[in-house]
Amino acid sequence: MNDARVVVTGFGAVSPFGLTAADMWAALCAGKCGIRPIITFDPANFDCRIAGQVPDYKIQQYVPRSFRKAIKLMSRDIELAIIAAHDALTKSGFITKGIDLESVNIDPTRVAINLGAGLISCDLIEIAPAVAASVTDGKFDIHKWGKIGMELVTPLWLLKYLPNMLACHVGIIHDIQGPSNTITCGEASASLAISEAVQIIARGSSDVALAGGADARVNPTILIRACLLGRVNTESNSAPDSACRPFDADARGSVTSEAGGIVVLENLDSARSRQAKIFAEVVGVGESNNINPSYDHLEADNKGIQLAIEKALAEAGIRPDDLDLIIPHGTGIAADDRAEAKAIEAVLGTAVAKVPIWPTKSMLGTAGAASGALDIIAAVCAIGDSKIPAAKNCDKKIDGCNLNIVTQPQQTEIRYAICCSYTYGGQTAAILLKKYEN
Amino acid sequence: MAGANSKERVVITGMGIVCPLGHDVETLWQALLAGKSDMGRITLFDASTYPTTFDAEVKGYSFAKYIKNPDLHKHSSRSTQFVIGAVVQACEQAHIDFETAEPSDGIDRRRLGIYLGAGEGSIDSDMFFCAIVDAWHSEKNEMNWDAWATTTAKRMSPRHELEQEPNMAAAHVAMLTGARGPTRNCLTACAASTQAFGEAMMLIRNGYADAVITGGAHSMIHPLGVMGFSRLTALSRKNESPQTASRPFSATRDGFVLGEGAAILILESLSLAEKRGVKILAEVIGYGSSADAFRVTDMHEEARGPIQAMEAALADSGITYKDVDYINPHGTGTVENDYIETMAIKAVFKERAKSVPVSSIKSMLGHLIGAAGAAEIIASVLAIRDNIIPPTMNLNDSEPYLDLDYVPNKLRKVPVNIVMKESFGFGGQNNVVIIKRYN
Repeated sequence: MNDARVVVTGFGAVSPFGLTAADMWAALCAGKCGIRPIITFDPANFDCRIAGQVPDYKIQQYVPRSFRKAIKLMSRDIELAIIAAHDALTKSGFITKGIDLESVNIDPTRVAINLGAGLISCDLIEIAPAVAASVTDGKFDIHKWGKIGMELVTPLWLLKYLPNMLACHVGIIHDIQGPSNTITCGEASASLAISEAVQIIARGSSDVALAGGADARVNPTILIRACLLGRVNTESNSAPDSACRPFDADARGSVTSEAGGIVVLENLDSARSRQAKIFAEVVGVGESNNINPSYDHLEADNKGIQLAIEKALAEAGIRPDDLDLIIPHGTGIAADDRAEAKAIEAVLGTAVAKVPIWPTKSMLGTAGAASGALDIIAAVCAIGDSKIPAAKNCDKKIDGCNLNIVTQPQQTEIRYAICCSYTYGGQTAAILLKKYEN
Repeated sequence: MAGANSKERVVITGMGIVCPLGHDVETLWQALLAGKSDMGRITLFDASTYPTTFDAEVKGYSFAKYIKNPDLHKHSSRSTQFVIGAVVQACEQAHIDFETAEPSDGIDRRRLGIYLGAGEGSIDSDMFFCAIVDAWHSEKNEMNWDAWATTTAKRMSPRHELEQEPNMAAAHVAMLTGARGPTRNCLTACAASTQAFGEAMMLIRNGYADAVITGGAHSMIHPLGVMGFSRLTALSRKNESPQTASRPFSATRDGFVLGEGAAILILESLSLAEKRGVKILAEVIGYGSSADAFRVTDMHEEARGPIQAMEAALADSGITYKDVDYINPHGTGTVENDYIETMAIKAVFKERAKSVPVSSIKSMLGHLIGAAGAAEIIASVLAIRDNIIPPTMNLNDSEPYLDLDYVPNKLRKVPVNIVMKESFGFGGQNNVVIIKRYN
C-alpha cells in the first residue's frame, strides 16, 4: 500500500467556552463547566432548563465582504461551522481566498471538506407570521397556507435547513473545490466525517481536508425532543455545574450544548513541504454499529464501540496497552455510560487499570454532530501539551465500572490517544491519534 | 493510513427499489423502457392551493410483507419503510441473509458496511403548525414558549421525532442485516445517494469493508417540503398535465416533479463475490466528487464543479471520455441544471459531446431527491445488462444550446458497456460514478 500518511495541521472550535479552540482547551484544563441556565429563549415550561451555549459573536467578522449577502441564508449551525473553520485555518497557516484574496497559498481543487451536521431546527419565529396568516377559526388552514401563508416565507427558506449547507457556506468562503460531503449520523457525525476525510487524503483524492462538524442544539425544538425522549437531565436545573456526570453513580442524563469543531487534515508530504506545524498524526480509524431494537440507546455491551476501537488499533498495529489516553463518548446517560464502560474494558483487558480515561461532556455537554470533533481537538491539545486535565463530576464511579477515570490532572507524555463516538441509531467511530514523530 | 488489503475491484451484486414506477427493479425498468410516468395529484396532504399540486408518489406499498419481524421497524419513517423493501430485494439478489442471528452467506458482519444517502424523515406537520398557532402572539410579534411547549409536549411523538433523524434508515438496515462494518449516512441534497455509492465503493476498494449496502431514500412530500421547493421555484407548475410535466432538456421545462422512494445496491469486492459465487451485475470503476464553491443558490456559471467531478471520475477509472457509451445525467428539468449540465458534458466530452447518448429518467420517474442518484445507477446497470438506453420523455421542443443526443421519447438499442452517472445537489455538490459491464 502506498497510501499517504495523514496529519493534523490545524484545529478550531467554537464552544460554550468561547470562539476558539484555545479558549476551549484552557477552560478544560482549568476544570470549568460550560453548562448554564438557558438564556436564548424562555425555557420556564421545559423540564430541562440548562445547556451549553456559545457566547455572543459577530458573524460578519468571519465572512468576507463579498459574501455577506449570504448571511441571511445562514442558520446558526452554519455560523458555528464558519467560526470553527476560520479558527482552524488560521492555525494551519493556510491562506484561502476568504482570508486574504491577495496571498492565497493553497490549491483550492486539492482541498476537501467533510462536515457532520444535525437535523437543523427550523427557526420558528421566522416562519410563525406565515403560519399565523393561515388560520381559520383558530386552527391552521392548509388552503390558506398554500395560497397566502407560504408566499410570506422567504423564497430561499429551504436552503437554510439543508444539512449540507454548513460545508457549502464554508466551502464558498474559503474556496474549497475538492470533494465535499456532509455526514448526518447524529452524535457520531463529526468523527465519521473526520474518518472519511482521512481516507480521502490517504487515497489521494485531496491533499488537505477540513473535517469536523457543527450543531446548534440549544433551541426549543431540540430541547423538547430531548426532554420527551428522556435523554437529558431534568433534575439539576439549579446546579448546572454538576449536572452532567459521565460514568458517575449519580448520573441523571445528558446536557445539550451547541458547538462547532473542525480540524485541518493534511497529507504528510504536503505538510512537510510547506513546513507546517504538525500537531498530531491520525494512525487509525474504526467504524461499526450498535444494533438495538430500542434504537435510542446502546446495546448493553456496546459491542459497536468495542469493534470500532479494535479496528482503529488494528489499523495502526498497536496494542490496547499502548494507549495513553481514551476520550470516551460518555454522555451522562447511565445505561449508555455503563455499556460504553463495558466495551472499553473489553478492549483494554488487563490494561484497564492503567489507561487514563477522560470524559469531556461533563464540561462541554453533548454537542450533537460536533461532539466528536471537540473531543478530537481536545486529544490533539492533550498530546501537544503532554497533559490530561481532570475529569469533572465523576466522584463515585457507577457500579461495576473499572475504568481508570482521571480525577487529578496529569502531566505525562501521550503517544497514542483514541476518541470514541456513538449515537442514537447505532453508528460508532473511533479515531486514533499519535504524537507526530518523523 | 491504509486498509489491510491491496486495492480491490468493486462489483454490484444486488439491487432493490421502491419508487413511484414500481416496487421492484424489473417493474421500474419496463416502465422506463415503455416511456411511462406515474405522476398525479398530491394525495399525501391537501396541496390543492399550492402553486404545484402534483407529484410522483409511491402507492400501495407496505413494508411489512417483506420481513418476518415488522414490529422491530413499526415506528420507522415513510422513507425508511421504503428502504426496508428495497434492502430485502437487494439482499435476496445478492444472497445476503437478513433477519437471522446466524447468517451463512459468507460475509463477515464486521466487514459488512452500510452507506446511505438517506434524507430526513417526514416532519409531523400537523403538530408543527398547531404548536405555532397556539403560541404565536401576532401583536407582540413573539412566541410564547410556555404555550408552545405545552402544545408540543402534548402532541409530539418522541419516537416519531427520533425516526426523523437521517441516520435512522441505516439503523434499521443494521437491525435487518446485522451489519457491523463502517456505517455512514450522508445528506448532500440531490447528490446524496450517488455520493454514498461512491464513498461506499471506496470503503471496499481501500480495504475498510468487504461488502457495503448502499443507496438512498427520501420523501419530502409533506407540507413543508413541497413549500420549500415551491418557494425556490424548483418545481414544475404544469398542474394541468402532470404526466408530461417533467421535461429535462426541453425548451418548455419549468422545474422538476417531486418524487419519493428508496433505491439500494449491494457492493462487494470482486474477490468476495467470486468466493461466494454470486452473480455480478456490473463493476464500479470510478468516482469523482467536487464542490462548486460558488453560490448556495446557483450552479457555477462555467460548470466548474461538474466538470471537475466528471474528470476526477474518469481519471479514477483509468479511462477517458472516449470510452463512455452512455451518460445518465442529473437531468432534473430545471432551467439552470439542464443548461449547466449540457455545458459540462460539452467541455468534458469535446468532439464526442453530441454523439454520446444522454438520457434522463427523471422525465418518467420524477426526482427522488436523496434517492435519485441510486435509482438512476440502477437504471444504468440495467442499460448495460440489456444494451438499451431508456429515453428522455417529453422532449419535443428543443433549445438552441441544448443540442446533445438526449435520446428523445424512444428507447434506443445500442451496445452499452460503460456508463457515466452524474448527480448534482443544491449548494454545489457534484458527484459522478462510472459503471462498467463486468467481464
